Amino acid sequence: MRRLFLIAVPYIWLLALFLVPFIIVLKIALSDAWLAIPPYVPTLDLSAGWAGLKDFFAGLDFENFVFLTEDDLYWKAYLSSLKIAAISTFFTLLVGYPIAYGMAKAPDEWRPTLLMLVILPFWTSFLIRVYSWMGILSQEGYLNQILMSLGIISEPLIILNTNTAVYIGIVYTYLPFMILPIYSALEKLDASLLEAAEDLGCSRFSAFWLVTIPLSKQGIIAGCFLVFIPTIGEFVIPSLLGGSKTLMIGKVLWEEFFSNRDWPVASAVAVILLLILVIPIILFQRNEQKQREADG
Amino acid sequence: MPQDVFAPWLDPDAKPIIQFKNVTKRFGDFIAIDDLTIDIYEREFFALLGPSGCGKTTMMRMLAGFETPTEGNILLSGQDMAPVPPNKRAVNMMFQSYALFPHLSVWENIAFGLRRDGMPKDEMAARVDEMLRLTRLEKFARRKPHQISGGQRQRVALARSLAKAPKLLLLDEPLGALDKKLRQETQFELMDIQEKTGTTFVIVTHDQEEAMTVASRVAVMDHGKIVQVATPAEIYETPNSTYVADFIGDVNLIEGKAGEKEGDKLSISWAEGQPDIIGTPQTSFDKGQTIHFAIRPEKVSITHDKPTNPVAFRGKVLDIAYLGNLSTYHVELPNGQIIKAQTANNRRISRRGFTWEDKVWVSWTDTAGVLLEN
Repeated sequence: MRRLFLIAVPYIWLLALFLVPFIIVLKIALSDAWLAIPPYVPTLDLSAGWAGLKDFFAGLDFENFVFLTEDDLYWKAYLSSLKIAAISTFFTLLVGYPIAYGMAKAPDEWRPTLLMLVILPFWTSFLIRVYSWMGILSQEGYLNQILMSLGIISEPLIILNTNTAVYIGIVYTYLPFMILPIYSALEKLDASLLEAAEDLGCSRFSAFWLVTIPLSKQGIIAGCFLVFIPTIGEFVIPSLLGGSKTLMIGKVLWEEFFSNRDWPVASAVAVILLLILVIPIILFQRNEQKQREADG
Repeated sequence: MPQDVFAPWLDPDAKPIIQFKNVTKRFGDFIAIDDLTIDIYEREFFALLGPSGCGKTTMMRMLAGFETPTEGNILLSGQDMAPVPPNKRAVNMMFQSYALFPHLSVWENIAFGLRRDGMPKDEMAARVDEMLRLTRLEKFARRKPHQISGGQRQRVALARSLAKAPKLLLLDEPLGALDKKLRQETQFELMDIQEKTGTTFVIVTHDQEEAMTVASRVAVMDHGKIVQVATPAEIYETPNSTYVADFIGDVNLIEGKAGEKEGDKLSISWAEGQPDIIGTPQTSFDKGQTIHFAIRPEKVSITHDKPTNPVAFRGKVLDIAYLGNLSTYHVELPNGQIIKAQTANNRRISRRGFTWEDKVWVSWTDTAGVLLEN
């Protein structure tokens, strides 16, 4: 009985906070847009009894999913999201690994401070931080002013409202999610392993490549997933920093929902997005599982 | 007996493989190694013994190349090692923590150093298999380090450091993590392997028993200096200072003043109302000079009746430490001095001759002890 209760708690949690909302979204995705409140039909009317239920199910269809395949905007947006997520994950890794490495190599008494500095940005609003990037990257922003006053460029660079700005924004925002798992993997690394590698004939660089990188692999994988998964559905960064050419599924979804007021199509977009995300999430969990087995 | 013949340190023509020449190592203000000079010869099993912080690990890390001497030179086969980085030295090290690569199998761990040398595949496989056979690890080749026991891990670490056939193998507290029984077995294995491969071994340890068991010579270190270098038997029987006498094994230390010399015997007066101790000095002492007389407990006999030994004292049994094969008796003399006497328990416990509060005699011959200046 006690065991049943313990197992039931997470399942009820999952049911209430994931499955129920998902079914509601799926149901809307199967409905048709209608000029009403809420803006779709059919709605479930239990007062009509059995016949009402029958009418309700008869009104559901896969029309919206078919529509997503007909208009190439959608699959292009999905592909573009995947591409942007992959590229920005790569750059986040490129920036995050050296930071994590430096933190792990820092003297013991500095580490809490350095960790604090990594987490500190979370204490201010994410939205404000993205807005401040607009102030840095715009044509008359700080970056252009500095570069021009140093005489490095004569014309202001156009960064804001391009994909570059989106990459910068994503790398900046998600950096802690990359740094923390890599740091925790590197921190556990026994320094004598590197000495052993050198002793056996490795140069410093090959010791890093053959020992440090493989032993921080789990951290790298965890960090990449933690950046990649939320980035695919990212909406705020591309809509504030990206331009009209930045195509991301989060933005498409927002426009369908608020501008077009087409809840069913927006829901269909969301359902497909979820299915796309499930694949990396499963891979991520498998990786976690493997790590637990290796540790145990 | 090859052990008796093997003594290159006595041969003036022998060329040492390692030479420390006035080596000093400082870490800030701390002097880890203090003007140290020592030669180590090929095929030796050389033990650096000392308490923690005595500089033995620093000496080893300088040989491996992880530290450089502040002053002085270290020569390997006559070549100055200072500019040679660790990965270019014909020296391999077995780490105290073993430092096995957790992401590689036992086989890959052993092959690691050979791969770095770019050894051809089939030659490498043959060498790794040879190492696996030597350390009796054939069955575990495919396992990862976390899937084998501590003793097996220790053997993998040894196999890995021997795989490149180094001129010199450094062992940093190699048996520290093993339990006593396994440690004793492994000590003999180490000696076997050292003899089979003919590699020069330098071992760092704080365990005097381990050093005595495996080493051809032992260097006892204290505060960055080598206090004495000698074979285990010499270190034990003729320590050159009270520090060495006290550090190696158990000892009775008695302080006294040198008296008259008669022939090669010297009498030492050490307490009011007690007869003088008669000893055989190795060096000359002035009359009235302070002498420390050191005698091992097993060289002290304990009897009920007055013995014929030239040095004998009356006392009573204060404590008995029963170790199974041996018993150590703490005998208190009338002036409060406690003498430890050790006897082999070749009789069953019920027939043991002495018990607490017994009046007994402790005695020894006039050559049993060592006379030390400091």
